[in-house]
Amino acid sequence: MSDNELADPRISAEKSVSRRNFIKIVIASGAVSSTSYLFRVSIPLAQASAPGAVERLITLTVNGQQRRVDVMKQETLAMTLRYKLGLTGTKIGCDRAECGACTVLIDDVPHYSCSMLTHTVRGKKIVTIEGLAGADGKLHPVQQGVIDEQGFQCAFCMPGFVMATVGFLKTNPNPTRAELAQGISGNLCRCQDYDKILTAMMRGAENMRKA
Amino acid sequence: MAVIRDVIPTFELFQPVTIEDALALLARHGAEAWVLAGGLDSFDWFADRIKRPAAVIDLSQIKELSEVRSVGDGLEIGAMTTLTEVVRHPIVREKYGLLPEAAEAVASPQIRNQGTIGGNVSQDARCWYYRAGWPCYRAGGNICYADTPTGMNREHAILDADRCVAVNPSDTAPALIVLDAKMVIRTPRGERVVNAEDYFIGPGTDITRMTILRPGDLLTAIRIPSTWAGAQFYFEKVRDRNVWDFALVNVASAMVTSGGKIERLRLAMNGVAAHPLRLKTVETAVLGKPRNEETAEFAGKLAIQGAKPLQSNGYKVPLMRNLVKRAIRGVVGEEAA
Repeated sequence: MSDNELADPRISAEKSVSRRNFIKIVIASGAVSSTSYLFRVSIPLAQASAPGAVERLITLTVNGQQRRVDVMKQETLAMTLRYKLGLTGTKIGCDRAECGACTVLIDDVPHYSCSMLTHTVRGKKIVTIEGLAGADGKLHPVQQGVIDEQGFQCAFCMPGFVMATVGFLKTNPNPTRAELAQGISGNLCRCQDYDKILTAMMRGAENMRKA
Repeated sequence: MAVIRDVIPTFELFQPVTIEDALALLARHGAEAWVLAGGLDSFDWFADRIKRPAAVIDLSQIKELSEVRSVGDGLEIGAMTTLTEVVRHPIVREKYGLLPEAAEAVASPQIRNQGTIGGNVSQDARCWYYRAGWPCYRAGGNICYADTPTGMNREHAILDADRCVAVNPSDTAPALIVLDAKMVIRTPRGERVVNAEDYFIGPGTDITRMTILRPGDLLTAIRIPSTWAGAQFYFEKVRDRNVWDFALVNVASAMVTSGGKIERLRLAMNGVAAHPLRLKTVETAVLGKPRNEETAEFAGKLAIQGAKPLQSNGYKVPLMRNLVKRAIRGVVGEEAA
């Protein structure tokens, strides 16, 4: 887009200037070309003044870090996390709110990241499975519960289950097995390992209460 | 099925912060506009490329749409209030326990954390022929694929179908009808308030829409009057799995009794008719009758009058009869307990 717009005045200028000035212009326009990414930013900003219009470059708060990212309007959070920010711990299973593998926390509440637009989580606190462990590498109590109980078989669904459990435990830190089963019922395991998963998550809840 | 890791086709996204801006955007984009609430119905349509709006107007940034306020002697629930917020709201729980029970029966925890009450009552039909993009009546064609000799119609309607036999999938719809809720709608011509019962329309009224909302209209809030506050409620949802599934049939009722007799009753069901169905005949027929097995039996038989099952949904006739029986009797049972 901007290349053509920037190129036009250069071409028209060439025709009517001296050789010395022409060289100056070429040097100057080279500088303009090399900074043209700045202009790309400024154009969407100008459009954003229309009510409700959205910018492409947004800042997300992911796992406590501010991440600047270029987001398509129709982009889901799962896509942004995995393919733009490299946070591949969040899995995409069904990609349509039916399996829970993509569960992340938005302001401490579990959501299917495959079924929300990245643009709707601006200004919110996003936590993925990568953000659970401490800075020193110490696992989150629920993650430790998974290891303690060998909770999963193939574990593709594990990040989703762990995030759903961490979110649920924020509202009910001391659940019964049945309450926890209900609380994380929005996640599927194709290995049908639910009993072991529940045992691991109950252990995780216990670890959290001790921590 | 959607192609995994596929991208939703491009659209222009708008995130207005006021209702006025949202209405202006809807007016500007007309038939090309799509109102996005929680998005759980919308994204399936987009990803499957069955519906391809040019402009998506996301209501998530409009603060006043997600508030629960006391108005007069009732409550006003903003359309963008999530189902989880409805389930947890102390006044809703205390006075209108039917609604949180219905809202909690919706889908899965994550979906309730994002899905809104306004979206739940405005969602589109789940008939798989329609959702898969078949050119059926509802999609503007001239055939119903579900209502054919080999059609897959186990989940479809046994009452009030007109060409299209799809049902309304909402769990909160019958609860809101029973609570005599009022839907607050902003149209380009101003505000309009309609009864929940009239908000939902069947294919006989307009085969392409599930609600009275026209392009450019916006459901902004749901008002719940105190009419049925503290009544004896009954809600039951029958589905194949306990999580995620839409109702095969659900029933909601509110009852006030005195001296063992039914003084006031409201009864609504979803999943049986082509729109959420209020069972007015049953409501009036049982007034003044004692709450007992006999009355429940009578109500159940009355409810299924005129039912016309298709090849694979005959089970809905006894299911409907029994759920009505339980709604009448179950309320009694709960009081006795």
